[in-house]
Amino acid sequence: MAKLALPRIGSILEQRQNRIEDNLGMAQNLKRESEADAKAYEAAIVEAREQARSSIQLAIKEMSEQSQRRQSELNDRLVAELKSAEERIGEAKKKAMSNISETAEDIVLDAAESLIGVAPSKDSIRSAVLNKLNERLEG
Amino acid sequence: MAESHNPLDQFVIQSWVPIKIGEFDASFTNSSAFMLLSVICATALMVLAVRPRAGVPGRWQLLAELSYQFIAKMVADNIGKEGRVYFPLIFSIFIFVLFGNLLGMIPYSFTFTSHIAVTLTMALLIFIMVTLIAFFKHGMKFFSFFLPEGVPIILAPLMIAIEVISYLTRPFSLSVRLFANMMAGHTLLKVIGGFVVPLGFFGFVPVAGLVAVMGLEFLIAFLQAYIFTILTCIYINDAIHLH
Repeated sequence: MAKLALPRIGSILEQRQNRIEDNLGMAQNLKRESEADAKAYEAAIVEAREQARSSIQLAIKEMSEQSQRRQSELNDRLVAELKSAEERIGEAKKKAMSNISETAEDIVLDAAESLIGVAPSKDSIRSAVLNKLNERLEG
Repeated sequence: MAESHNPLDQFVIQSWVPIKIGEFDASFTNSSAFMLLSVICATALMVLAVRPRAGVPGRWQLLAELSYQFIAKMVADNIGKEGRVYFPLIFSIFIFVLFGNLLGMIPYSFTFTSHIAVTLTMALLIFIMVTLIAFFKHGMKFFSFFLPEGVPIILAPLMIAIEVISYLTRPFSLSVRLFANMMAGHTLLKVIGGFVVPLGFFGFVPVAGLVAVMGLEFLIAFLQAYIFTILTCIYINDAIHLH
């Protein structure tokens, strides 16, 4: 019993105990590794979240600046176009006025001749019409 | 015919192979045969069951391993590290007594542990071995075992007498406990069994009793082997540590 059976059973139990302890040790190491990986993963997620947040803030800032720049450019262009349009309107108005003045002078000359039979001078008619037009425009 | 119903017939030693050495009768008896069978069965269980050396044990290997661990724990709990030297002996005693008790449960077999000659021989061997261990380990200091510490000097003679008697009766209490339990159990089985046929229709009553006592006997077979072994451990522990 002491030489044959018991040492054999003892060695089997010892081998099994060693195997169990090895496996437990391995499991412990794997657990530690997986915990380290989980921590690294968490850190990576936090870092990625921070990067995403800063990227979003940068993009918002750039878009805001771009929007302001475009708004400013649009304003400048509109002001310039308005100014040009006003100038064109002024010239058109001036041209229209001069046409109206000539027509009015002819009408006044014909009307004076018909009413009083005397044709006033062209200069007096022009100055009278111009004065009246200026009064209307100013009024 | 009447003799065959005697409940004590089952304990009769029968000489199977008569051997005489001078005046000494060394015959191979039914008791010897069952002792040999017990050794063969125990060895077969412990050797053949673990032969596969499986990492995940089968039924027989598990039985052998559980027996080993059971006794190893008993030795560690009762003797400590120093008990490892005695582990093979204690294990052999346990398995030998257990197989002796269990083989006796087979109908028409012989229970060698129901003989005081067998149990007393074992108990005396253990007693002598334990005493020798104590002497070799402690020398004359061994006698301090008979006077527990803290005993008033006036009580010393009485205590020494009690302790010496207690120590000297160990082999008898150890052997009588096992022998008496096994003998009483088997006699009871035979007596109850003797009621079955004479009671005719009502024979089922003693049969039910037989089943119950049979269960109890299996329990006692394990329990007595355990008690015999644990007392051996306690005696060895006393020899090593002196209280």
